[in-house]
Amino acid sequence: MEKIFKAKNPEDITNIKGYTIKYGYIMDNGKIIDEVLVSYFKSPKSYTTEDMCEINSHGGNVIMRNILELCLENGAELAEPGEFTKRAFLNGRIDLSQAESVIDIINAKTDREVKEGVKQLEGYLKKSIKDIKNHVLDLMTNIEVSIDYPEYDTPEILEDDLRNKMEIILSKLKSLEKSFDNGKIIKEGIKTAIVGRPNAGKSSLLNAILKEERAIVTEYEGTTRDTIEEFVSINGIPLKLIDTAGIRDTKNEIEKIGIEKSRKMAKEADLVILIIDSSKELTKEDYEILNIVNPKKTIVILNKMDLETKVNEKTEGISDFKNVIKISALKQKGIDSLYEKISELFNLNEINLENETIITNERHKNLIKKAITNLNKAKESLNKNMPIDIIAISLKDMLSNLGEITGEEASEEIINEIFSRFCLGK
Amino acid sequence: MKYLAGEYDIAVIGAGHAGCEAALAASRMGMKTLIFSISLEAVANMPCNPHIGGSSKGHLVREIDCLGGEMGKNIDKTMIQIKMLNTSKGPAVHSLRAQADRKRYQMEMKHTLEKQENLELKQAEIVNITLKDNKVDTIETDVGAIYKVKSVIVATGTYLRGKIFIGDYSKESGPDGVFPSNKLSECLENLGIELIRFKTGTPARISRKSIDFTKMEVQKGDNDIVPFSLDDEVKEFEQQDCYLTYTNEETHKIIRENLHRSPLFAGKIEGTGPRYCPSIEDKVVRFSDKPRHQVFVEPIGMDTDEMYIQGMSSSLPEDVQIAMYRTLPGLEHCEFTRPAYAIEYDSIDPSKLKLSLEYKDIDGLFFAGQTNGTSGYEEAACQGLIAGINSTLKIKGKEPLILDRTQGYIGVLIDDIVTKGTNEPYRMMTSRAEYRLLLRQDNADLRLTQIGYEIGLISEERYQKFLKKKENVEKEIERLKKTVVKPTEEVNDFLKRKGTTPLSTGSKLAELLKRTEITYEDLNEIDTLRPELSKQEKEEVEIQVKYEGYIKMEKEQVKKFKKMEMKALSEDIDYEKINGLSLEARQKLNKVKPISIGQASRISGVSPADINVLLIYLQLQNKK
Repeated sequence: MEKIFKAKNPEDITNIKGYTIKYGYIMDNGKIIDEVLVSYFKSPKSYTTEDMCEINSHGGNVIMRNILELCLENGAELAEPGEFTKRAFLNGRIDLSQAESVIDIINAKTDREVKEGVKQLEGYLKKSIKDIKNHVLDLMTNIEVSIDYPEYDTPEILEDDLRNKMEIILSKLKSLEKSFDNGKIIKEGIKTAIVGRPNAGKSSLLNAILKEERAIVTEYEGTTRDTIEEFVSINGIPLKLIDTAGIRDTKNEIEKIGIEKSRKMAKEADLVILIIDSSKELTKEDYEILNIVNPKKTIVILNKMDLETKVNEKTEGISDFKNVIKISALKQKGIDSLYEKISELFNLNEINLENETIITNERHKNLIKKAITNLNKAKESLNKNMPIDIIAISLKDMLSNLGEITGEEASEEIINEIFSRFCLGK
Repeated sequence: MKYLAGEYDIAVIGAGHAGCEAALAASRMGMKTLIFSISLEAVANMPCNPHIGGSSKGHLVREIDCLGGEMGKNIDKTMIQIKMLNTSKGPAVHSLRAQADRKRYQMEMKHTLEKQENLELKQAEIVNITLKDNKVDTIETDVGAIYKVKSVIVATGTYLRGKIFIGDYSKESGPDGVFPSNKLSECLENLGIELIRFKTGTPARISRKSIDFTKMEVQKGDNDIVPFSLDDEVKEFEQQDCYLTYTNEETHKIIRENLHRSPLFAGKIEGTGPRYCPSIEDKVVRFSDKPRHQVFVEPIGMDTDEMYIQGMSSSLPEDVQIAMYRTLPGLEHCEFTRPAYAIEYDSIDPSKLKLSLEYKDIDGLFFAGQTNGTSGYEEAACQGLIAGINSTLKIKGKEPLILDRTQGYIGVLIDDIVTKGTNEPYRMMTSRAEYRLLLRQDNADLRLTQIGYEIGLISEERYQKFLKKKENVEKEIERLKKTVVKPTEEVNDFLKRKGTTPLSTGSKLAELLKRTEITYEDLNEIDTLRPELSKQEKEEVEIQVKYEGYIKMEKEQVKKFKKMEMKALSEDIDYEKINGLSLEARQKLNKVKPISIGQASRISGVSPADINVLLIYLQLQNKK
């Protein structure tokens, strides 16, 4: 740090106290790169427990990149995703489940997601899993006690009862699994492509969305170097507008977006917004685009409703689409109905964050998936008239999967349950 | 006067189920061995229930047998009733249980010890163990005999500072009125070994002639006798009946009215009792909504009229006991021969042991059985066997025998108590085994005979017999997988009769056997070219074919499990010095000193996060 930073009040950067901020310049061989603030966190009182500092520079990709490159030239290494949390974890400051939640918070892009991350810390997920586990334990305990205490008049395992209970557990697991999709939307935004022939109003719509006072717009680099993605959250509806690098350039590039580009974008997106200029008859290009998109995930926008319309929802080619909205992008009319439609399409109104648990963590999702697979195996064994010890194998595996989320051990839980519920022994 | 009485390789303190196995294994492996009992009348005693086996315990006996232990053979010689439990619940959980003739069981075992080459059986109380350079050196009897030894196996059961309770009466005593062993407790404490207090209890014995069996349900043994030892053939014998009766509201009322007279409820007993072995007063208090509890009446032997009353263990005063027992149908006029009592005793913390059952901090000192905080004859016996084997292997300079959780219930048991310790007497249960379908009682020989043979406890003759069985089973499975059955009228007629779908194209015999409706025996009808197989072989073939898919699944899991077990952790690691471990994990890991990442992951308080840290640590070590 001392190699590249020059404080306004000359002072050796390594001597400053922890938790202080210094004002100065980032210098490259005597040349000022930017005027910055440097915050210093001294070991062990930092996030990772190691010495850390943060550089706050003026915005702008170019300056940021220059500072970054300068750091790298002077011996810094680029952090991998989650690097800081990993170090904090390895240095013993946080445990694994905390680490997972912190990573989610870091990645959080909207208020809603932050809430979700915090809630996870508070153990909402644990509570849901616990509820499911109680159902499984109830089932397992009856089975295991009949096996380990065959002499006693323990409850008989009835096939129908077993089947019913497994169904209940399955539906609970499935809804938890499904919540991951919502969780993903909340976390990553709805991947949205805006397509349409030149002059249909793509840029007007985009500007209309971005200009919304309610919009929280963040800009960050996409996965490939030449695309920029916009993350927009309106009324809690998170949209990730993909490949807007082209769309944003209202003067040139937009006109060049051809069928191929639209096809590619439409394929990648969770949601396609197809814009049609309703003041003109449908053109050959319009039909081509209408043909390549999937009606199920597409909202057709009949733009320029303020003008005389030549196209409506009954027009051939559009009548196949269920989600058709009329707006005027230029006059910013009807944008609300677009949000409502999106919300409706993605069930976002049904996500009641205060009461429902949503899983956002890939590891948890995989474990729940495994649990579902194991439960299905148990069902299959039951259907094949396999003896109870065989069915119990998959059920126990399922319990272990869930235990990996909450950190409890299956055998121990079953045995505790057996002794708390049954009266056995000499 | 103290005197030097001799020099031996191994001394076993205690001749209960653990001690007997330990002494037999060591002497059979060529060690000059001593075994002591406080009373030779108490060798291999069953001071509580008069049966061997039961769910998961039957598995243990089979495993002991296949490693060359004695328990299976001894009960085969002395059983008076036998049953295969859980026959309708699947192959993994079939379990043998036999009523023993308790006196004959003791006599047989005692005689086996007496006849054993290299082994001396002696009546004495051991009062001292001395060390030299932190290694076991001598042991001393109460009368002053000193034996120089290389290894000591402590298998003292419930004798260490034993104390029994019957109501407000209590006295220092071992089980069944035998002396307790107080000085040895002191000695262990002087050696720096921390002792914990556990408790258990046993019901009253009642004179047969005072019982009206007509008011009870009869419980008979199996017609088809299956022996415990896979090496034994047991001839048919006249089996004794057991009986079932129930407590009722009147019983519970008497108990509730007299609870204040129980030493447990009055707080006189400090020891922790096992949840699976509650006294009747415990049951009535904890399960107050249950209108009745089962009570089993079991014979204790052929030459005695004493009957064991399972389900009625108690520490209430004798007069209350008599009153409550007499409320049970059939026991209205019962006469006690011995009252129920609770017993408190010293145990060690098993997490202070290595997986070999050697005490971590003292060279050559092994512990086995109830002293290790377990409960049950079978649990004790298997530990005795392992301690006997490992003390021998140690003297011979060889690696210890450590069975893992995929090899047997014995492995599960020892791993559990050593890794996790226990806060109540530990009982084996099938639920504790992760790979239950692989750890069956029928395949104990396939899992363990090879090991038993290699350490020298399985005879050449038995080993050859085992190899032949293994080959026959493999060949027959191969044949079933190859042999095609054509959809003839005869075959389809057979299938329809068995209530399963007829064939339209040819099918392998193995495929037909996989159907739940068809047994190997059934297939005989359409499979005329089958070889002559023994009952054991047929059973093995059937289970392996029928549950092939499931067995494969568990084997896959075992592979993953073994990966973590193979990642070795050195005894020298100081976990205090590993960054990133939680405080609790550091303490627990330093205490247990796990031998592998797998074992570490089973320590309570060691989280998956801690395991990741250990994995990273190992990787860094390997890089260096």
